[in-house]
Amino acid sequence: MKKKLLLLIPLLVFFVLAGFFVAGLGLNPREIPSPLIGKPAPAFLLPDLNAPEKMVTEKDFLGQVWLLNVWASWCVSCKTEHPSLAELARTNEVSIVGMLYRDKPENGSEWLRQHGDPYTASIADANGSVGIDFGVIGTPETFLIDKQGIIRYKQTGPINEEVLNKKIIPMIKELKQQ
Amino acid sequence: MSAEQGTQGAAEAPSGGIKSRHKRFLWIIFGLAFFAAIVALVLNAFGSSITYFYSPTQVMNNEVPQGRAFRVGGMVEGGSVVRAGDGLTVHFKVTDTAETVAVVYTGILPDLFAEEKGVVAQGRLDDHGVFQATQVLAKHDENYVAPEVQAALDEAHKTRAAQTLAQ
Amino acid sequence: MIPEIGQFALVLAALLMVVQGTLPLVGASKGISAWMTLSRRTAQGAFFFLALALGCLIYSFIVNDFSVLNVANNSNTKLPVIYRIAASWGSHEGSILMWVFMLGLWSCAVSIFSKHLPEEMTARVLGVMGLVTTGLLFFLLLTSNPFDRIFPVPLEGRDLNPLLQDIGMILHPPMLYMGYVGFSVAFAFAIAALLGGRLDATWARWSRPWTTLAWCFLTVGILIGSWWAYYELGWGGWWFWDPVENASLMPWLVGTALIHSLAVTEKRGTFKVWTVLLAICTFSLSLLGTFLVRSGVLTSVHAFATDPQRGMFILTFLALVIGGSLALFAFRAPKVGTAGTFKIISRESALLANNVLLTVACGTVLLGTLYPLFLDALKLGKISVGPPYFEAVFVPLMAPLVFLMGVGAVARWKESTLPDLWARLRWAAVITLVAAVALPFILGRTSPTSVALLALGFAMAFWIVTASLAGFFDRVKHVEGGFREKLARQPRSFWGMFAAHIGVAVFIIGVTVVKGFEAERDVRMMPGDTVSVGGYTFRFESIEDRSGPNYHATRGTFELSKDGKAIRKLYPEKRVYFAHGMPMTEAAIDSGFFGDRYVSLGEPINDGKQSWSARVYHKPFVTWIWYGSLLMTLGGLLAISDRRYRVSARRETAKPSLSPLEPAKLEKA
Repeated sequence: MKKKLLLLIPLLVFFVLAGFFVAGLGLNPREIPSPLIGKPAPAFLLPDLNAPEKMVTEKDFLGQVWLLNVWASWCVSCKTEHPSLAELARTNEVSIVGMLYRDKPENGSEWLRQHGDPYTASIADANGSVGIDFGVIGTPETFLIDKQGIIRYKQTGPINEEVLNKKIIPMIKELKQQ
Repeated sequence: MSAEQGTQGAAEAPSGGIKSRHKRFLWIIFGLAFFAAIVALVLNAFGSSITYFYSPTQVMNNEVPQGRAFRVGGMVEGGSVVRAGDGLTVHFKVTDTAETVAVVYTGILPDLFAEEKGVVAQGRLDDHGVFQATQVLAKHDENYVAPEVQAALDEAHKTRAAQTLAQ
Repeated sequence: MIPEIGQFALVLAALLMVVQGTLPLVGASKGISAWMTLSRRTAQGAFFFLALALGCLIYSFIVNDFSVLNVANNSNTKLPVIYRIAASWGSHEGSILMWVFMLGLWSCAVSIFSKHLPEEMTARVLGVMGLVTTGLLFFLLLTSNPFDRIFPVPLEGRDLNPLLQDIGMILHPPMLYMGYVGFSVAFAFAIAALLGGRLDATWARWSRPWTTLAWCFLTVGILIGSWWAYYELGWGGWWFWDPVENASLMPWLVGTALIHSLAVTEKRGTFKVWTVLLAICTFSLSLLGTFLVRSGVLTSVHAFATDPQRGMFILTFLALVIGGSLALFAFRAPKVGTAGTFKIISRESALLANNVLLTVACGTVLLGTLYPLFLDALKLGKISVGPPYFEAVFVPLMAPLVFLMGVGAVARWKESTLPDLWARLRWAAVITLVAAVALPFILGRTSPTSVALLALGFAMAFWIVTASLAGFFDRVKHVEGGFREKLARQPRSFWGMFAAHIGVAVFIIGVTVVKGFEAERDVRMMPGDTVSVGGYTFRFESIEDRSGPNYHATRGTFELSKDGKAIRKLYPEKRVYFAHGMPMTEAAIDSGFFGDRYVSLGEPINDGKQSWSARVYHKPFVTWIWYGSLLMTLGGLLAISDRRYRVSARRETAKPSLSPLEPAKLEKA
């Protein structure tokens, strides 16, 4: 009998380990939800990238579902997500607002001229102060904001086909019906 | 898979050969002693080689151990990298967007070290509040941020959000 | 079209594997012969489809089919063809396909080379392997399909991570996976034995060559990985105790214990329960390694894109396979019973003690690797466990292990006496002692810590060599004839053990000398400057630009000389890959039998004089680390080629007329 119990030890050790692994999966940094989800988008007042004299604020988008895409011309992975954004823009499902982050406006305009402009509106956050309010740590980052101006989803890192089709588009459809 | 199993094997397998109670008892003592030795070895090793990770905010709030090496992580602040005349000493600032820590490192930086990118530095604080790094790690690709760095940044953001609410 | 064929082949393979994982197992327990024989067909059929799927993926990479997401993400038209092929297993999806393909390969090999096994045993072994393969195939098809398409089709792919564009990357993963996956055979044999309730010397003999072969692959895989990190990461280290490296070391440690334990089970009929547990643990740790790397639970230099959903799938799979097999072990192992007795001073004891030490070493590595995760999960802070932990734990465990390795080589089975051991080992002990004390001083070291570490290292290495030689002379003493005849009379399994043990000694010498004598300097140099390290002089001659197929490089020219005599030129590079904009350091190494001279470029210093920061190393005997590992592998291969296995295989294939219904007869063969 005593021996039988000894033989159970490996199994028990494994269960303990598995428990920690489950906890570890929950700790995955990519899944740490932004503290902003479910909260109103931070207020901002930023110049339009294409017309610097015009100021844009988050209130301009109340009543519609919109995406805020944080990008920069120096960001390599922004280039990789560009086709996905362009594809989303073609569907006309949602307004996409591009926020140029810590970058010179002329670099941003040039980049959009070269690669194509998927944005409904573009704003320039040259010194990154609005980005900090949004908790931006790197580019690209994308926020999905609902009709009431509440942040519903945050994508850290580039949007790819999978994220677009499995998460963002279904959420947009759902939010639009509300 | 674990130290326990190891000792279990030691105590158990020879039981086929050793029948008497007395010898069995000796084996159990031996097994326990072995187990204790392993535990002591592991604890001793852990004690001297665990490095805690802190965010720049925690460093600025004096939450870090004195006179002990630790790691600090965040983003390298844009425009903060300055090389000294010898070409090998580098000064830069690590930020979690809330606070920044000045870091000095002498040696060759990793390939992936860059401004506006994640970095983890290991070393200790000197008397002037400058972090003297002995090792600088930059492990990321363009869509990967070291989780410690991410956590530090998230934490800083949470506090900032709380402060804004309080005002 | 081709990707769809690959996809279809995967589905067919999955169907076959579902059959293989069920019918033969049921057939074996109910004695339905037709269901049992099915396993061979399904194993071979599934292998065909898996090979087809892998071929389709490689083809898609070669022809730059960017409509396949996996290709678009990991390849590029500018990528040289050889790296496009390697890129097939560079991505997450591709590497899992590789895993499954290799499982198919091992199953197929078992189905071909197991003709001499009782039908029931083969059916169970292949059935268990079928279950494992089924799980992984579903993982592949449901969460990481390598053939997923994208639309619109990009014109250009993203390129393979520059770190992976290297010969090491072409060889390292396949070898490592062959090792990981190979242990599934030992695992399947163990589970089959538990299911069938028959755990005996024959069982050990059947599973031994498979286990040793898997161990050889794993050894080579780790060796190439270490070598690759050494010259490609540009940090000059050969082992970083990184979680992913640890993930491959753990199955190696337990696997090493397993091959020794199997030897005892085969020769003496003891340790059965322990052997079965080791077989389960080895494969479990291989699976765990995959989980750790693929789920992103731990962070490491191998920054794979991670996905918690995949992590959950693998974890569930792990829970079923490992939890299930350990539960089976807990309930069936007591029935197996123990047999064979031995005294405390005997070869069995030495082997058992070393098994325990290896397992404990693996346990401490596991603890160190997972400790940050434990603390994080319990909200006790974020920490990292550095190499000092592993070194502080590992060395004290390896010292007694090495001592017992020497004793085990001369001790008799069943019972030995201390005076007898002393008589056999006294010369070895004397030589070891003299070498350990004298060598550090001869090599010019005086500081106490450095002398102590060198003395320990040399003592371990010399002890293994001298004790192995003592064991060898002991063996040949009673063999008649000349020296040549004496050598020829030894079985290959003995030479295998001998080579592998000498390999350990060579490895230890490499580690000891490189730790004790390596020299490193970070310097700022402008053309014309020189720097000396370890008696060698590096002269920075010039720096120029150079273009590669998919990168732009800045190449330095260094002249290496010793005592004023030029040896050769070295060309370290700093590359920037077009697609990622990622900088990469390519070190230049002058490698020789007695060590390496190593130079890598740091960064340009903007002083208008073309100055660069550079790092130079002298790494004496570092190459012995890899020579030692190669010798260990060679030892394993020699052991597999032993006459015993060949003869038994031939003898039993010579009489295939034995009906599968008479397993009892075969068992004695």
